[in-house]
Order: sequence, then structure tokens, then C-alpha cells
Amino acid sequence: MSGKPRLTYLNGRGRMEPVRWLLAAAGVEFEEVYLETKEQYEKLIKDGVLLFQQVPLVEIDGMKMVQTRAILSYIAGKYNLYGKDLKERALIDMYVEGISDLMHMILMFPFAAPDAKEKSLDSIKDRAMNRYFPVFEKVLKQHGQDFLVGNKFSWADVQLIEAILAVEEKVPGVLSGFPQLQVYKTKMSNMPTIKKFLQPGSPRKPPPDAHYVETVMKVFKK
Amino acid sequence: MSGKPKLYYFDGRGKMESIRWLLAAAGVEFEEEFLETREQYEKLLQGGSLLFQQVPMVEMDGMRMVQTRAILSYIAGKYNLYGKDLKERALIDMYVGGTDDLMGFILMFPFLSAEDKEKQRAFIVQKATSRYFPAYEKILKDHGQDFLVGNNFSWADVHLLEAILMVEEKKSDVLSGFPQLQAFKARISNIPTVKKFLEPGSQRKPVPDDKFVETVRKVLRMYYDIKAN
Repeated sequence: MSGKPRLTYLNGRGRMEPVRWLLAAAGVEFEEVYLETKEQYEKLIKDGVLLFQQVPLVEIDGMKMVQTRAILSYIAGKYNLYGKDLKERALIDMYVEGISDLMHMILMFPFAAPDAKEKSLDSIKDRAMNRYFPVFEKVLKQHGQDFLVGNKFSWADVQLIEAILAVEEKVPGVLSGFPQLQVYKTKMSNMPTIKKFLQPGSPRKPPPDAHYVETVMKVFKK
Repeated sequence: MSGKPKLYYFDGRGKMESIRWLLAAAGVEFEEEFLETREQYEKLLQGGSLLFQQVPMVEMDGMRMVQTRAILSYIAGKYNLYGKDLKERALIDMYVGGTDDLMGFILMFPFLSAEDKEKQRAFIVQKATSRYFPAYEKILKDHGQDFLVGNNFSWADVHLLEAILMVEEKKSDVLSGFPQLQAFKARISNIPTVKKFLEPGSQRKPVPDDKFVETVRKVLRMYYDIKAN
């Protein structure tokens, strides 16, 4: 037992990627187990390690944690990325939940039918540019601080930088019109732990491709 | 300004119901403003009180909170329904995540076509009895305590009771085969604040009907079809 958190998921972004981001941002090394076959997944279920028969699974501090949000909240709390009091935590939760709604659209995108992909992409672009990015642009403009909440690096910042980069992969130039977010993107990308995570060879996973979609279907199909 | 939390939503369950449950369980009185027209919603939007242009929205402690999960976490934290430390909070978050997923299948139910409703009802019952209820049955059996986490009443207990009652509305005998959950249901229902919320005249909302669906569609201009799972 190495003591490091151990992540069990497919070898790809999916629902585990925000966990990889947050651990990396917190400077925490972790191990990964990749699900490649249906049999592996069925064995996990049979062994009783998946509370609701689902991954992500993160083994950390003697717990077998499932439910992405629960995992992220625990990591944020443990590594002081969750604000200094209940109200800051509330702001972080609000921001993270909003961003998470946007990320959900990106999560589902690879699984959309070919004739629905263009509409899906338009929705992502519309929501990013008209609903989510304007909010964070305004938050940063109003307090003029480097970080979203409490003048301190938090889970909300990690989630936002992840989302900005993910949307940019789909909609290049999406940040034109958001000068605060452009500056913010540069600042966050240059934070040492994040900078390291953005370099080749890190645990960061590439955008999902056809092989990833195939693996998901294979492992989880009924 | 009364100092009481104020809830902005439709006059119906939807995503706000879990918040009503938790405030009630915590013994906190609250006010409600019901969205009935598109104009009301647009006024809220223009006033800038909806951070992501969405409801639920709860005005409390000087904040205009949105995002159901954020609101629930804040209430749980404020009223000591979130465990005693980080690990108990993690357990509560995990358990609430499960009941949230289960109730999510029921959330869309009123918006489905009659045919899809039957399919979805079967889906809900199947997931409840093969995935979620067994997990909570085992948790209660393993520690033999009255509450899910830390031998103390928490958000997880409120959320599970809410989920149980909602699934029972879809299939009344769904708890047969789950003796621990039957006892849990009776125990939690008898907690004074919860018991009060379950009585007629409380702010608990009834099973959503066509009028609710119509109002939501009209106010949000949400006319697209919703598919079953």
C-alpha cells in the first residue's frame, strides 16, 4: 500500500478528469487503475467495492470513495482548497456546480449521434459564451483579485481553468471577448502544480477519441 | 426583511423539494415565492439575482444562492447536519450523491409521454431495488445504528427518507425485502420536525401534475420533448 490515492476508471477523461486535476493542483501524487474490459468492471462489482456499482472510484485515506462530487469535496477540504468558512465554501460550491453543468455537456459530446454533434457543439458554445463565462468574467472584474473566491487559490479555480481549456478545445478563440478570463487563464496555467500537470507526461488525459468511446461502450454495455 | 430564507421556484417539487425537506428537518421556517409567469422569471433575470439564469434560488444570510447542491451543502453545514469531520462529510456526500441520482430519475417523470412514463416507472423501481436500496440497507445493517452516518441525524437521512417516499409513490410495496429501510423510514418519519413536514398544511409539495408541467414549460419556454432513461 503506497499511501497514495488510487483512482479506478477508464484510461480517459470522463468523470475522473476533474479529480486528476484537483489532486494534481494540490500537489498530490496518485496511482491509476484502468478499466479495459467488462470482466474487470464486473469483478469490481462482485468484490463489493463500488457502493453504487459505478466508477469513478478513489481509494483514499482508508475509504473507497465513489460519487465524483463527494470525492472532489473531500480532496478540496483535505488540501485547503475549500475556502476559509461556510460562506466561502458556498461560493465555491455555486461556482463549481455551474461549471460542472457546462462540463457535463462536454462529457456527453463524444456519445452524441453523428447528426446531433453539430447541435451539441452549438449548445456548448452558446452556454459557455452566454451563461457561464460572463459570470466568471464579472466576478473577476468586480473584485479584481487573482482567484475566484477569498483572494486564495481554491477548487473553484481548478475547475474553471479545466473548463476553459476543455471548451477551447472545442471552440477555439472562445475567450475573445473575455479579457479577465484570458489573464486568469495565463495566471492559473502558470501556477507550479498546474503548469506541471499541463506538461506532456503528466496524468492529464487527452480529449476523448473513438477508441475511448468504444471502450466505454464495451466495459459498461448491458 | 424577515430574516427567514426565501425560496424562489415553481409551486411544486422539482429541484427545490430537497431544500424544503432539509430546511424543515432542521426546524427552519422559510418563505416561498412561486414562479407562475414568464414575466416574473424575466424580472428575476433582469434583476441579476439568478447567477446562472436558473432556479432554484434561495435568499439566505445575505446571499442569493443558486445550484441545488450548493444550497443543500450550506444548509447542512449551518445546521449541523453534515457530520462531525471531513470523513463523515465524505460519507454523507457519497450517500446523498446516490439518492440524488435516484431522485433524478423521478424528477423528469412528469414531463414524459404516457408510454415513456411506464418505461420510466419500471426503470426507477429496478434501479431502486437493485442498486440504491441494497446499498443503504447494508449500511444500516452493518453498523446497526439509527442513522446513516456517525450515529447522528444528518442530511443523508433526510435525503434518503425523501427518496424512499418518492419511490413508494411509484410502487407502494417497493420496500418489501428491505427490513432495515422499513424501520429507518418509520424512525426518521417520527423525528418531530420531519413528522411536522409530513403532515397536511406543511410546505411539502404534492406529486407533480400536468399543471406543474405546463407552468414549468411556459415559464422556462422549455417545449422540447424529454426522453426516458
